[in-house]
Amino acid sequence: MGDIMRDPFRLNTPLSDKDIEDLKSGDRVTISGILYTGRDAAHRRLYDLLKEGRDLPVDLRGQIIYYVGPTPARPGKVIGSAGPTTSYRMDVYAPLLIERGLKGMIGKGMRSEAVKEAMKRYKAVYFAATGGAGALLARHIKRAEVVAYEDLGPEAIRKLEVEDFPVIVINDVRGHDLYREGEKKYRKE
Amino acid sequence: MREIDVRLITERVRELCIKANTELGDDVIEAFDRAMKKEESPLGLEILKELKENARIAKEEDVPICQDTGVAIVFIELGQDVHLVGGDMNEAIQEGVRQGYRDGYLRKSICHPFTRSNTGDNTPAIIHTEIVPGERIKILVAPKGGGSENMSRLQMLTPSDGVEGIKKFVVQSIKESGSNPCPPTIVGVGIGGNFEQSALLAKKSLLRPLGSKNPNPELDQLERDILEEINKLGIGPQGLGGRTTSPAVHILMMPCHIASLPLAVNIQCHAHRHKEVVI
Repeated sequence: MGDIMRDPFRLNTPLSDKDIEDLKSGDRVTISGILYTGRDAAHRRLYDLLKEGRDLPVDLRGQIIYYVGPTPARPGKVIGSAGPTTSYRMDVYAPLLIERGLKGMIGKGMRSEAVKEAMKRYKAVYFAATGGAGALLARHIKRAEVVAYEDLGPEAIRKLEVEDFPVIVINDVRGHDLYREGEKKYRKE
Repeated sequence: MREIDVRLITERVRELCIKANTELGDDVIEAFDRAMKKEESPLGLEILKELKENARIAKEEDVPICQDTGVAIVFIELGQDVHLVGGDMNEAIQEGVRQGYRDGYLRKSICHPFTRSNTGDNTPAIIHTEIVPGERIKILVAPKGGGSENMSRLQMLTPSDGVEGIKKFVVQSIKESGSNPCPPTIVGVGIGGNFEQSALLAKKSLLRPLGSKNPNPELDQLERDILEEINKLGIGPQGLGGRTTSPAVHILMMPCHIASLPLAVNIQCHAHRHKEVVI
């Protein structure tokens, strides 16, 4: 596990294989650049397109998907509250997206073995942002625009421009898992 | 007999939806403070500080505490000496939710179970109405997020499972939920009644202020025992490891059938939101 007292790593998108290999479970990271939002309904559509051999509405190679459905922006604001949703619901879709070049996912909560395996095999990483801290996290989002599936409302795919967006590496390419290791460290029999 | 126009209910529900989603209760903030004193994990402590800071920003900037502004659960205590005029009470509540979620820039999170098509206005709300003595109406709005609701469990235990069976099932439910329901979580437990009543008891138990004691000494002890076991699990804030998996276990209990021991565990994330008003 990374040393949490160390200053966060700064990471810019898109991510290279080298960026991914350098990250370790437990590292605190701040991300600047582009994040694409996507949750349940958008994932189902992306997955179906890939299964049918069709192109995706956004090129996800080297990119990060942020599992979030933000609240609407008040007039004059970029976005509303925007914290992560629970990730396991995307587990059935994530391995195929990773195989096709997705490099990062931001969410909260445990991933399946299939997702962890895909991350190791195709070099991708899973980050957690603090769940329920949507007001705080929104401050790091500087621009937001819907780029696909506008009909899905809060579940539409948005392109977010972020600055120093704070996350923690949960699963790295070596197969470490901060949830498992953290829990084990503090468990009392 | 007192006449109350249902349009007043619409207005109050509208306000409560907005307030509940942007102002975290003092009891929750105090629970964060108590947890910070006990938390041994540096990362866990960092998370607790973030949650407190998040609540401050939400209130100051009028932005929702969490982007999951939930399904709107509305508890109504209707005095039996009230005569409602001006329309349908349930429709008045739904209209209040519609207006609150629109005017408060809250997320609309309700959809068709099969097509997943969004209803667009966060209705239908879940309404629980109870008739009580008196000529007042109490309205409580509790927005509930999907993440913690998904981790909730109900089990029809058998009488032989007893108190030990109850403890085991509650602790196991929290262990299996791990990082998913946004810990620190408040654990609502409903014991007895029947299938649906146990779930409602679990939900209602969450409404007791954090830090308060269960008035029933037997249940107070059971709450402490279960809480101790839960906080030994090591899950911690956001599941990253630590002492604070839950600040509290709340139990409501009622008698049940001689064949049954219904048990419901309703998990509440740290964004523990509810506001009420009396008309």
